[in-house]
Amino acid sequence: MEDGTFLTDDFLRQLINVGEVDILVGLPTHNNARTIGSIVQTIRSGILRSFPRERAVIINADGGSRDGTPDLVRAVAIDDARPASNLYALRTLHVIGTKYANAPHNGVALRTILAAAELLRAKACIVVSPEFESIQPDSISNLLHPVYNEGFDLVSPTYRRHKFDGLLMTNLLYPMIRALYGIRIRESYMTEFGFSGRVGSQFLGQNNWSDSVGENGVELRFTLAAISGGFRICQSFLGEKEHVERRAADLVPTLRQTVGVLFSALESGFDIWSPVSGSQPVPTIGSDPDVLLDPLRVNRKRLREMFTTGVNELESVFQSILSPSTLTELHAIDALGEEEFRYPAQLWVKTVYEFAAAYRKSVINRDHIIQALAPLFRGRVFTFLVENRNGSANDVANNIEALCLEFERLKPYLLEIWKSKQ
Amino acid sequence: MREMIISELTQAMHDLARGFAHYLPRLIVMLILAFVGWLIAYVVKVILRSILRLINFDRLSENAGASQLLHKVALPSATEMLSRFVFWVTWLGFILLGVSVLGILGLQEQIASFFLFVPRLFVAVFILFFGLLAAGFFSRAALLAAVNASVPSPRLLSLAVRSIIIVFVLSIVFEELGLAQQTMLVAFGIAFGALMLGLAIAFGIGGREIAKRFLEQKFVREDKEQDEDELSPL
Repeated sequence: MEDGTFLTDDFLRQLINVGEVDILVGLPTHNNARTIGSIVQTIRSGILRSFPRERAVIINADGGSRDGTPDLVRAVAIDDARPASNLYALRTLHVIGTKYANAPHNGVALRTILAAAELLRAKACIVVSPEFESIQPDSISNLLHPVYNEGFDLVSPTYRRHKFDGLLMTNLLYPMIRALYGIRIRESYMTEFGFSGRVGSQFLGQNNWSDSVGENGVELRFTLAAISGGFRICQSFLGEKEHVERRAADLVPTLRQTVGVLFSALESGFDIWSPVSGSQPVPTIGSDPDVLLDPLRVNRKRLREMFTTGVNELESVFQSILSPSTLTELHAIDALGEEEFRYPAQLWVKTVYEFAAAYRKSVINRDHIIQALAPLFRGRVFTFLVENRNGSANDVANNIEALCLEFERLKPYLLEIWKSKQ
Repeated sequence: MREMIISELTQAMHDLARGFAHYLPRLIVMLILAFVGWLIAYVVKVILRSILRLINFDRLSENAGASQLLHKVALPSATEMLSRFVFWVTWLGFILLGVSVLGILGLQEQIASFFLFVPRLFVAVFILFFGLLAAGFFSRAALLAAVNASVPSPRLLSLAVRSIIIVFVLSIVFEELGLAQQTMLVAFGIAFGALMLGLAIAFGIGGREIAKRFLEQKFVREDKEQDEDELSPL
């Protein structure tokens, strides 16, 4: 059990005033003044509609906002007069907050929320991202209900997203976690999720918070800890997730927080994932994940160029990571014209598995291994875009399923290179 | 006359025999020291080789770029090279210790200075190895960062980083060994200054467009075409 000594005295005082709760909502923020008001209102509505008799608290863990976000959260909490609403709480709905640092850090924010949940003995908890503008009161219920009423320990979200959103998830994280751990969780890197006090406490005690590695990519680390711990997991549909525009420079930090965390977890969890074969679906509450097909402007030429630059310039790095046959195949596809260029599923899976094995053996600096994956991922994204350019929702789903099966089929190859000394 | 010659020869033979008898035990001691030294050096070499193999020193050396250098000049692996180096230094140390037992005038000072030089030699080898390791690490980091940021000529950038670090390391190594300190200082100053001046001129004049693009990418966010990413990865 975590002793909570890293929490401030003021925050501990607020927690003591709240007392034990049934439901806890964690809200990590940093300069979210534009969206936070409506999100807190939605959370309140969700709790009052579905859990009016439960003791509940909203906890704002702020990473040093300078736009008055914490004040807005408190203001919404005070503003109880909602003449248009017919919602009334039978118990006090507390809203408290703390500034955990002067700079945002997802790991520290989650640790604060988990420690608070443990101290308040919360039965069901959720974390909501302050950027999830399209959140509905039903989404709150969809995340809380499976934990509070059905005994699940982790509720992973599913969304309605554009077919070209979350490509790292669809092309690497989802298929690889599914193939290795045998469980089909669509969104393993969770920004909104529900969890039981049990799994929260276990993660709080187990995770290595003392160094930056333990705090990095905590969203995925939490999912992997729940899978490895054999906890009951389900998925819940939360509606549409907005398209987020990102810059090319965002890819490497994202790879560190996701692929780096996954590769690192594989090392310690070898005994758990190595005997697994095949995969099983997890119970899904609400609709199945859905895709939007609106046209989207994508700079494909640039993706292709960055792949080519990577393959040619990083030859010496790839020689340490990839097998000669994989490297030869990469050069072969790189030589193809833009129309013919394809990064086939089999080659992509072999590439990812060889990267995972190289990471385990630390053939070069581990962070360099993760960085070297970025240009190759862009090549795979290019292929995914071309293959699904005119594809329907079904076509996209079938392509993702085919990739997942390829990951499952080639799992023995990973085990082989994982154990080999070369 | 004849007796005198015989007497002198006998005297000379006696002196030689006395001298030989005087030096023989020392010579034997020297040979014993050389033999024992060889045995110890050999054992040290075998132990060191095992330890280096155990810690995968060859991979470390590969990362440092030292293995590639050795391979190019047809030398054995870094583990083998270091083991042999330690063997020879140890054995040479024992041989010189044996030679000093002979008490040859003038040689004592040279031997003492060799023993003073050995620790500096080890420090120099240590600096050289870790310097090469740092050069390999930082040049690869520069290469990856440049490729992922679409900076033109990433390999040239990486090579520049490696060269600067190696020049810097070599200057420290020579200083540690006490070899041509003044020459090295002047040469390093000239080489480093010339490199920096060259880079400044190349970047300022030859790479005006690149510099412009780089600065625009860095500080101007309006260029949508360059700024937008493919898509959200998560």
